[in-house]
Amino acid sequence: MAGFSDLAFQAAMAAYVVALICYGIEFAARRAMDPTQLEVASREHRLVRAGAGASEPLPADRPLHGRHIDERDIDDELDDDLDEGPRTQWGPLFGRAAVVLTVIAALVNAASVVTRGIAAGRLPLGNMYEFTSFLCLAATTCWLVVLAKSKERALGFFVMIPVAILAFVAGTVLWIQAGPVQPSLNSYWKWIHVTTVSASGSVLLVSGAASAMYLLRHRFDSKLLVARTDATATARLQASSLSRLPSLAALDKIAYRTAIVAFPVYTFAVIAGALWAEVAWGRYWGWDPKETVAFVSWVFYAGYLHARATSGWRGARAAWINVVGFAAIVFNLFFVNMVITGLHSYAGVG
Amino acid sequence: MTTVTDDLDRVPPVTPPGRGRSVLQFLRNTWRGLTSMRTALILLFLLALASMPGALLPQWSLNQTRTREYIEANPTWGPIANALGLFEVFASPWYAAIYLSLFLSLVGCLLPRCWDFAKQLRAEPVRTPRNLARMPLHTVHPVDDEPQVVADRVETALRRKHWRVVRRTEPGGVHTVSAEKGYLREVGNLVFHFSLLGLLVAVAIGKLFGYEGSVITRVGAEFCSTNPSQYDNFRPGLTVDGTDMQPFCVDLKTFDAKYSDSGQPLDYSVGLSYQFGSDPATGVNTDHFDPYLLRVNEPLRMNGERLYLLGHGYAPEVQITFPDGQTRTASANFISNDPTLLSSGAIKITDPPGASLQDLTQRQLALRGLFAPTAFLHGEIMTSSYPAATKPGLAVAIYRGDLGLETGRSQSIYSIDENQVSTGKLKELERVNLYIGDTTTLDDGTKITFTGYRQWVSLQTSYDPGQTAALVFAITLLGGLMVSLTIKRRRVWFRVQTSSTVGSSSDGQSSSGGGTRVEVGGLARTDQAGYGSEFSGIAALVYPQGLPVAQDDDLHPQSSSSEHDDDGEER
Repeated sequence: MAGFSDLAFQAAMAAYVVALICYGIEFAARRAMDPTQLEVASREHRLVRAGAGASEPLPADRPLHGRHIDERDIDDELDDDLDEGPRTQWGPLFGRAAVVLTVIAALVNAASVVTRGIAAGRLPLGNMYEFTSFLCLAATTCWLVVLAKSKERALGFFVMIPVAILAFVAGTVLWIQAGPVQPSLNSYWKWIHVTTVSASGSVLLVSGAASAMYLLRHRFDSKLLVARTDATATARLQASSLSRLPSLAALDKIAYRTAIVAFPVYTFAVIAGALWAEVAWGRYWGWDPKETVAFVSWVFYAGYLHARATSGWRGARAAWINVVGFAAIVFNLFFVNMVITGLHSYAGVG
Repeated sequence: MTTVTDDLDRVPPVTPPGRGRSVLQFLRNTWRGLTSMRTALILLFLLALASMPGALLPQWSLNQTRTREYIEANPTWGPIANALGLFEVFASPWYAAIYLSLFLSLVGCLLPRCWDFAKQLRAEPVRTPRNLARMPLHTVHPVDDEPQVVADRVETALRRKHWRVVRRTEPGGVHTVSAEKGYLREVGNLVFHFSLLGLLVAVAIGKLFGYEGSVITRVGAEFCSTNPSQYDNFRPGLTVDGTDMQPFCVDLKTFDAKYSDSGQPLDYSVGLSYQFGSDPATGVNTDHFDPYLLRVNEPLRMNGERLYLLGHGYAPEVQITFPDGQTRTASANFISNDPTLLSSGAIKITDPPGASLQDLTQRQLALRGLFAPTAFLHGEIMTSSYPAATKPGLAVAIYRGDLGLETGRSQSIYSIDENQVSTGKLKELERVNLYIGDTTTLDDGTKITFTGYRQWVSLQTSYDPGQTAALVFAITLLGGLMVSLTIKRRRVWFRVQTSSTVGSSSDGQSSSGGGTRVEVGGLARTDQAGYGSEFSGIAALVYPQGLPVAQDDDLHPQSSSSEHDDDGEER
């Protein structure tokens, strides 16, 4: 059973990598996507303000109207996905192959997680290998849900990069023989705390990937705007692969919606961790390194949600905060487990 | 220099009332600045940044040995960091300054919001905007009924759905219905933020009135928690002086550890009986003890006092027969960092019998070395192959001389003072490997027999009067967060008029169907996601039987299918 689990994980790992390559090919073949009306309008507006120094207030109804436009634009983009006239045919072909491969990888990964649990006779989240394997599975599942709702297949390339890296690290560095866990981990709290941590972490991975894409797209759009009078520069930019990213509005929407799903779950996971700590270690919060960095990530995500509602912080700044928040989560998973000694140091790195 | 004077000269003279006003203004601006969202965000990131040394550097409160080692290893940077409080981040004044500013900013933000929210609760839903077509959600419905009837129907239906509704009439017999829902969002938001404040207070209560004590006790012995001196290590809260601790006693009867075949620990438990509530010192009610099986993850809870099993180990026991025939049993707790519980320690005999005060420092004995629960020899080197005590072995170096207890240097109970060995005051006599029952004889005829072992457990007592409050606030925090993220504050407006009163701005739809034209506009104040499908349903209230299915396509395209999908995602 343990052997089958390992085999399945290797298969999943391979499928992730191949899916990543297929997403990459589709991404490279995608037709350039121009900035949306709203993006152009807002940039021009900002340029006018910056250039003239005079503040020209927006008409009162403008934000509403803006919202209205970007919703429609996203719909237009959906329509674009359907008509494949101007695009090369092999791009979407690889894209569909990538999605099929992602589904297969997720299924095989799920089989690996389940059989691992049966082999070890416990919840298969007892060490870093198992945790990372589950994280890949949950992130991929979350990505498939996001894909089903947003149809932004281009994002797949960027979600699959961290997933494939995590799967690779799990399969090579972190792999460890299936076995029992130490007594302090034998608690029903483990089911509650560890599953919610990894589930929220995986959704935040998708959110972080969307925000990272947002930042790339944001930079690209700025360049495009600067070069808009220069036809050759514009053409050159249009040819770059960054022009194939989804629109800013779409990326922001995905990042925000995934974050508000994950944030309460993450909050719950931290609270459950505190409850378990009270049972196992004699206090609910002791600033153990893992707890500290979990708190730091929580603060970042709280900051992200607030920043999105604060004028002057929306857009790129908020996206940065989201990316930094995910960096803190990854830091907590690897650095704190493997380098810093603390009470959570039973990750069993093989 | 001159320019500065010039500038000063140019400052208009300040009149006393003006100064008063400027001070007020300064205070008001400071307060506004502090309570602005920008400041709050910056303080949040400062808090995150300031927390990081707490994870990256060793902390006094978590591991004193490692912190001391770190400072010694970094002779220049270490003391500076220590002075800055980087090894005690969460108790340092600058950390407190950040979170107190943050909470002050939070209070400054919350109070006006509460006030605004109270006003909003009393206020009527806003007047119907003149141009509903500008709303993110907008539809037009032709209805056969009279405007009055349609407006009544919509109003009743909305009230039944718990919307806040207000009817207004505009000139020309135009009826409007304004409705708003989702006030719970702000409630959730306020609950979330007030829970944070409550959590801070709960944590503070714990830090003021709580305490933690840890102690190592032999299995078979009794431990009473009556005052801090009973503990090896006691960490009191700021107001705790140890005089009013709730006393309790435990009698440690058995210890049981289960291991897998590969030696991985599966379970630890201590069988004990305990007494709580009466005063063990005065002996009231001493014959009543309750049994309890203390296990990892299953602390003993006694009305706020909690007892935890944190660790365990072995204490090898030797019998020493001195040359004059006197025997002495000695034992010491050995500690282990090894999964096989190969433990190290030192048994010290500080007062050998028959030694005068003068030659005491010549004849003190020490056995320093290793205890292996399941001994396994690599040549002469003893290791342990299994954590359970199936074949205990003792590998020790035996010393005689001056243990150096009078030097004033503090000494670990798990080792001897190496300084005494290097100066020759403590001489190594021999190194032996002993199994239970084995005896070694020293040069002066002293016999040392390895007679067995005992087990010790490390226990921790915790008392935190703020912890229940912290849990309650954590739950309200989570509840508030979920409410504020799922519920949307949303508005809907209906303008009902006879088709003939519609001016040139009509979009043609009005002419089709009956004599009444209903225009519906919708707006979600935060995020439009998910409102589309609800809006379609609300707009359909204009019809007596709800919207006929066939007419679905006539709905405004903006309530698109993607929003229907999003609805599910957020739940």
